[in-house]
Formats: sequence, structure tokens, C-alpha cells
Amino acid sequence: MAGKTLFEKIWDKHVVTKVDGGPSVLYIDRHFVHEVTSPQAFAGLKDRGIKVRRPEKTIATADHNIPTMGQDQPIRDELSRFQVNKLAQNCEEFGVNLYGLNHKWNGIVHVIGPELGITKPGMTIVCGDSHTSTHGAFGSIAFGIGTSEVEMVLATQTLLQNKPKTMRINIEGELDKGVVSKDIVLYIISQIGTGGATGYFVEFAGSAIRSLSMEARMTICNMSIEMGARGGMIAPDETTFEYIKGREFAPQGAEWEKAVEEWRQLPTDDDAVFDKELTYKASDIEPMITYGTNPGMGIGISKSIPKLEEVEKSTQPTFKKSMEYMDFQAGDPLIGKKVDYVFVGSCTNGRIEDLRAFAEFIKGKKKADNITAWIVPGSHKVEEQAEKEGIRQILEEAGFEMRQPGCSACLAMNDDKIPEGNYAVSTSNRNFEGRQGPGARTMLASPLTAAAAAVTGKITDPRDFL
Amino acid sequence: MPIDKFVKLESTCVPLPIENVDTDQIIPARFLKATTREGFGDNLFADWRYDKDGNPKKDFVLNDPTYSGKVLVAGQNIGSGSSREHAAWAITGYGFKAVVSSFFADIFKNNSLNNGLLPVQVSKEFLEQLFQAIEKDPATKIEIDLENQKISLLPEGPSESFEINPYKKKCLLNGFDDIDYLLNISEEITKWEEAHS
Ligand code: SF4
Repeated sequence: MAGKTLFEKIWDKHVVTKVDGGPSVLYIDRHFVHEVTSPQAFAGLKDRGIKVRRPEKTIATADHNIPTMGQDQPIRDELSRFQVNKLAQNCEEFGVNLYGLNHKWNGIVHVIGPELGITKPGMTIVCGDSHTSTHGAFGSIAFGIGTSEVEMVLATQTLLQNKPKTMRINIEGELDKGVVSKDIVLYIISQIGTGGATGYFVEFAGSAIRSLSMEARMTICNMSIEMGARGGMIAPDETTFEYIKGREFAPQGAEWEKAVEEWRQLPTDDDAVFDKELTYKASDIEPMITYGTNPGMGIGISKSIPKLEEVEKSTQPTFKKSMEYMDFQAGDPLIGKKVDYVFVGSCTNGRIEDLRAFAEFIKGKKKADNITAWIVPGSHKVEEQAEKEGIRQILEEAGFEMRQPGCSACLAMNDDKIPEGNYAVSTSNRNFEGRQGPGARTMLASPLTAAAAAVTGKITDPRDFL
Repeated sequence: MPIDKFVKLESTCVPLPIENVDTDQIIPARFLKATTREGFGDNLFADWRYDKDGNPKKDFVLNDPTYSGKVLVAGQNIGSGSSREHAAWAITGYGFKAVVSSFFADIFKNNSLNNGLLPVQVSKEFLEQLFQAIEKDPATKIEIDLENQKISLLPEGPSESFEINPYKKKCLLNGFDDIDYLLNISEEITKWEEAHS
């Protein structure tokens, strides 16, 4: 019998039972909850008159709706305040742990899980949020669910799930200077499209992936959902163990040794077979940027937007609509285009390494006058660390300010909205129409490319400065 | 939440021949502040449907009285992006019972099924025929027969069969949901927990 993949090992271990001719009942080890996708689920429990089955396995945070300035004040927007308060009430009533606004562990749900050591290899992890795939970087099965499913997990600690197909994407070789993990994932999506991995759970592998830090790996798994995948994952290794060790919820002492021993068994067996396998060369990847209105519409920064005739016929109407929305011309290069906003943050690139990379780049330079920049740490811990390392000061000296943690302009549910018609270089994960505010024009890129735009005021190849 | 039973549906269609319609288009994030499931239908496709002042945009299909019906026919890859179930609530809230497309994003498909909204995946060719038929005659009706997993252009074809997970089919035909099922096997879950702690 062929060996098993990382995915299969974890999946098989968590199947409670199987419905005849139907899905599996999958046991869920960790459940993260936030204010936007949970109120209707808690209301569902109340309607049925039932409790949360295992409250200690659920962790809640407020992140989507919160302001990134003046967090010590009551939230001004009435609906947002109501929703955040509702979460607190629900957690209180159902006995769920909440790291709410102003808690020292508060932050974006996919930033705090890993940084507190809650996310561990071999786990099944879900959250009513598509970017739950982030946690897969630790070698866990992590995926986003809808609110009905949130209710299911709260009520039963299990989910009915069909087993997805498996895919492995290998990135081999060394990355060029100025090319980072965000570029890898934008490159993959530009190759296979936003539906390219639909129906699959993707394992990222290969020497370029193995050489990445944990935070860089999280960026890749985070955006696996943008290629349609159910989730993404990376085999745990020494880098993973090193990262988890000593964190608040990491196993201690003898428990630690035992855990690491188990985690070492997880990686895909040599003779395991995937339903699909793709391989790319790291050296083919350059800093990436998107020009359109889905994350698959990305190009190497030195390249030009495709010409209409280069786009598949059935996609042409969508492409044209997208060009109109962005006010770009097919065939044009992006280098030199004026930028109005720079957003550094989100669960994709709002971690300390991202702030470090940005700060190192802009150190000794000045923010361009035409740029409004929002630098938003992913959590309070990130904010604190940035403070400690002098990053806040570097930012301020260059004319930037660091805001308070939250999802912010990633989805613009709070006041951080890019004004209509303005161009933003954003380190977040979605460039959909209106995602960063009605009429906002988003170009996704790495923190380095964002930094290059921030100091020059236009789309600039970060390699020009390296 | 118990869901509406779905057995057979005969209806005209609302065509949306755009690919990659993502969940931020179906329901923009700023409308996600509600804490109940109601009212999202009013903001379905809000940014395509209303101008800045909240007036309906004439050229968007939901504002065009020529088209109506309980079936939304959308271009390839509908529902990509966010896991927000609000997208399914907006579509059902507006009055749709089924969505037809040649490709569905995973989470969106699940969310739809969990809300009694039937995702019908058809071939690219069939979708094209459907768009053409509706364009030619907006009064064109289709029939979706869940029991026999068949979608047909009325009055006389073409038709195509579609796939659905047998378990989900049973749920829709009978109007019961996953939580009922899982609560019923509570003891089995306890046993599993005991064996794995
Ligand atoms: S940062 Fe953006 S993508 Fe991440 S959880 Fe928040 S809204 Fe979602």
C-alpha cells in the first residue's frame, strides 16, 4: 500500500465516523471565532437550547470590525460596537475564552493563534473565515467555514466534511534577491488562476519552501484560498518546532519532547501519491504585483499587463470590466504608475517580519508626499515587538505612523477605507472590486514592493534599491 | 436552522454572465455588521446594483424588469473569496432558490447547501446555451429536478444531469440540516473523545 500524505495522516486520525455514501464526521481540535461570522451561530444554539460542547477548544477575538486608532475609546460606529459587544456577551454566556479589544493577546485571528502557540502540527483547525488556511503552515489541517458550520462546531465539536483531493505544489531552487514568500504565492495564483486548486487541499513543498521562516510560510498558506484551495499546508520541521517552543500555549518539559516526536511522524511519506502535482522554479519568480480585480491577475513587476488577445476568450469580458474598474490599459507596464495609498498589514503580511522588512527598506528614506500610508500590526504582540525593536521610531523618522492592530483596510469594515478611484499598494490578500472601500483600486504586493511604492510614490521595482 | 425543502423548481432565470463573481461582490463587507440572518437580500450585489447615492443602476440585471425568477445563472467560478455565509443569505434573502454555474467555489457551495440554496453545476456548453436562450427570450423557463438530478431548458430541452452529494441531497429533499444529524450521534463523538484524550 502506498504511503500517506501529511493531509491524509491528520485527516484519518480525526474521522469520528462516516455517513453512508456521504461526508465524514471530522473532529475539530481548535476553533477560532470572531465577531462577524459568529453572532448567527450563537443565536442558533440559543434557538435550539443547547450549549457549546467543548468551550475550552474555542478561542474568540475581535478583529474585523475594530478601529485602528483610539482603541481605548468606545467604538464610534454603532453597528460595529454592537457586533463587538455581542461577541463579548456570547462568549460570557457560553463560557468561551475571549481575547477581545484591548486584551494583551488581541489581534487578527490568524496572527494570534500561531504567535500564542495555540496552532500546532497535526491539528484540525477551523474558523468562520477563509484565511484560516494560514494555520496550515504548521502542518495542520486548517480551513475556513461558514456560519452554519461554526454553529455545528460549537454544538458538536465536529463537522461534516467531504474529503478533498490532494495536490502538491513544489517550489524548487533559490529565490532571487528582493523576492519573498508573498511573491511565490502571487506567482502560483497567476499561473493556475483563482479556481486552479478548487476541490483540493494543497501541500506546499520543495527546497524554496523549506528554506522559508514560519512567518513566510504562513503568508503562502494564507493565500492558498485565493487559488480556490480548501486549505494549504506545509510539513512541520525544525523551523516549525523552533518557532512554537516556549510560546504561551506550547507544550512544556516532557510533554514537549513527546509532542515533537509525534510531529516528526507527520510529513508526507516518500511513496505517497497526490491527485495532482505541480512544480515551479524559484528562479522564475520576480517581485509580483496585481493589476486587476482578482488575485490571479498578477504579473512580475517588470512585465506589462496582458493584451486583450492574450486573455482566454471566455475571460475577456471579465478582463475588460476589470481594466475599466482599475482604469488601466491592456498591454501597459505598471512600473511608474502613481500610487495614493500604501497598506502594510493583514493576516497575510502583518507580522513582525513584515514590519521589519518594511522598516529596513525605508530606513533613512522619506515617505513620498503623495502617499498616505497605513502600517497596521497584526496583533498587540506584534505592536509591542515593533516598539521594542525600534521599528516604530524608524517608521516615524521616515514620516510613517504605526496604527493599532486589526484587520483594517484589508476589508475596510472599519473606518480604514481607501477612497474611491484611489490606487493602493496593499500587502493584504484580495484585490476584489470594492474590497478596500467602494471604488478602491487595489494592487497586491509584498511588503518590500509596498515599501518601494511608499518612498517613491509610484510603482517601483524594490530590487532597484537592493 | 431548519432549511426549506427543495424538490423540483420551475422558473425563469436572472442571467449574470460574469466570471469569478466573488463574495465581496455578492455582499460587500460593510454590510456584514448585522447579527441576524435577515435583511441581506436588500444588499445583494450592492455595488453593482446601486450608485453612490443608493439609487438603482439601470443597467444592472437585478434592476432590469425584463428578468426575474428564482434561479440565478452566473458565469464560471462564482463565490470565490470569503467564507462569509452572508453571501448565501443575501442570495436566498433576495428570493433565489438555486444558482446555476459551470464552477463553484468550495466554501460558497457548502454555505449554499446549508441554507437550502441549490448550487447546480453544469458544463460550460450548457451554461452558454442557457445564457443564449435567456438572452433570446427572457421568459425562458428551466426546470431543476433534484430527485433525478436533472436540469432542463423548457419546454423541450436540452437537459443535463448534475452532481450532488447523496447525503446533501437527502437533507435538501427532506429539509433537515447537518446539526440535527450531528446532535444525534453525540454518543459516538463522546466515545471518540474518550479514546483520543
Ligand atoms: S486581515 Fe483580512 S483576510 Fe485576514 S482575517 Fe482580517 S479581514 Fe480576513
